[in-house]
Amino acid sequence: MALQDLCNFGDIFQESVGTARNVTASGKRKSCSYASGVALSNSTSLFHFYIPEAGYLDESPIQFGQISTMQSSSGIPFPEMLPIPSSLPESLPFTSSQAVPLPFPMAHGTTTLAFMFQGGVLAAADTRSSCSGLVACPASQKILPIHSHLVGTTSGTSADCALWKRILSRELRLYQLRYGRRLSTRGAAKLLSHMLHPFKGTELYCGCPCFSGPSLFYVCSDGTRLEGSLFSVGSGSPYAYSILDQGVRWGLTVEEATSIAREAVYRATHRDAYSGNFVDVYHVTSKGWTRRTREDLKEEYYREKERRRLERERRGTALSG
Amino acid sequence: MEYLIGIQGPDYVLVAADNVAASSIIQMKHDYDKMFKLSEKILLLCVGEAGDTVQFAEYIQKNVQLYKMRNGYELSPSAAANFTRKNLADYLRSRTPYHVNLLLAGHDESDGPGLFYMDYMASLAKAPFAAHGYGAFLTLSILDRYYRPGRSRETLSIENNSVRLIDKDGIHDMEKITLTAK
Repeated sequence: MALQDLCNFGDIFQESVGTARNVTASGKRKSCSYASGVALSNSTSLFHFYIPEAGYLDESPIQFGQISTMQSSSGIPFPEMLPIPSSLPESLPFTSSQAVPLPFPMAHGTTTLAFMFQGGVLAAADTRSSCSGLVACPASQKILPIHSHLVGTTSGTSADCALWKRILSRELRLYQLRYGRRLSTRGAAKLLSHMLHPFKGTELYCGCPCFSGPSLFYVCSDGTRLEGSLFSVGSGSPYAYSILDQGVRWGLTVEEATSIAREAVYRATHRDAYSGNFVDVYHVTSKGWTRRTREDLKEEYYREKERRRLERERRGTALSG
Repeated sequence: MEYLIGIQGPDYVLVAADNVAASSIIQMKHDYDKMFKLSEKILLLCVGEAGDTVQFAEYIQKNVQLYKMRNGYELSPSAAANFTRKNLADYLRSRTPYHVNLLLAGHDESDGPGLFYMDYMASLAKAPFAAHGYGAFLTLSILDRYYRPGRSRETLSIENNSVRLIDKDGIHDMEKITLTAK
């Protein structure tokens, strides 16, 4: 009840009961009036959202983004799917979701991780954007700074992640201007999770914002919001978790932490097909975030091979000697 | 699968929940608290679908607190349970049903301790003991066999992760028991 009043959802859903197409129009109209700066209009809502097609929300997340012709030919009754393609923007189905349903829902093709230690918070991510087996972009940016002290990692649909990051930065900046202080990470994470709640079931976004607090939150489009000190998200996350679980302690120095983060992403990219190319490392402290130069993991692979070869030689000479 | 259990005694209710927050095969958190304090003497334990649990439980929590602010006195546990069930039932046939299983435990001055079992179909039952999750299959039979209505606190033994006790003095944390692999 309260959230509906805040976000004006009661009205929007009443309207959408009639025809689904009107939702697009009404959503856009409302957002235009907001942009014109009428913050104290008669509507009490703070947020104006584009509400997706109502029929969209009935789809199961696995079927979302699948080619609709395949589904209808297999005889599964989805009457809502037929009117949908005409009213949807064309770019939506062909994003980084896989075409084959996975055995478990860890579908986002990426490796991102973040952990807290005595020197602040460290976030690292790979840079490969995949699109059902094609590397759409080998040098994308998966860690997006939201403001000087808040950084978010993204996983999932790239377009949605970028969009929500921008919305979040806008809302945080507005909060700062209105109330004269920055919203805490916990507040930002809660804001993001509430904004994502109506879009549940559309496999949007999993990210880990961090702050000078220092604090670390994992926010997912299915509504999960967890505070913690170590998170990894994406298809490469199990591999990253194994490196992080054995190496991360509170007392790490910045160099040690950076090398563990790099190592974790490198191992994940080595094994996971949907992660790779470069690694980005961001370090967030009370003074703000700093970014390490992007490193090519191909070089890391050759360096590792060289190191192994040298070690084998050393062991060979030690044994023979 | 997440697990909740509640046991009602003569003048207390004991509730416990596991502490794991998992996302498919990965355990994201080992110390996740599933209990939401609705008022000084009412606890709501909530498990189920990932975002729904927190959204729904916080919604109920804030509304119960709002009632107190507006009217000056707190909702009784049975009133809070019925309010929760009504909300679940209202959302059940809407576009966004909440897939959550709940236990509501509270202590009332006049009615004494109460444990209410609710599930995602908006059913409500006041029960002397209740459990949710796969663990329920195992523990309900034990409770059926050994439960006595007049059991005093000292004779209880629960092996679980985070345990709280509610009686006329409010909510008390009991020590967190974790099973360690030897």
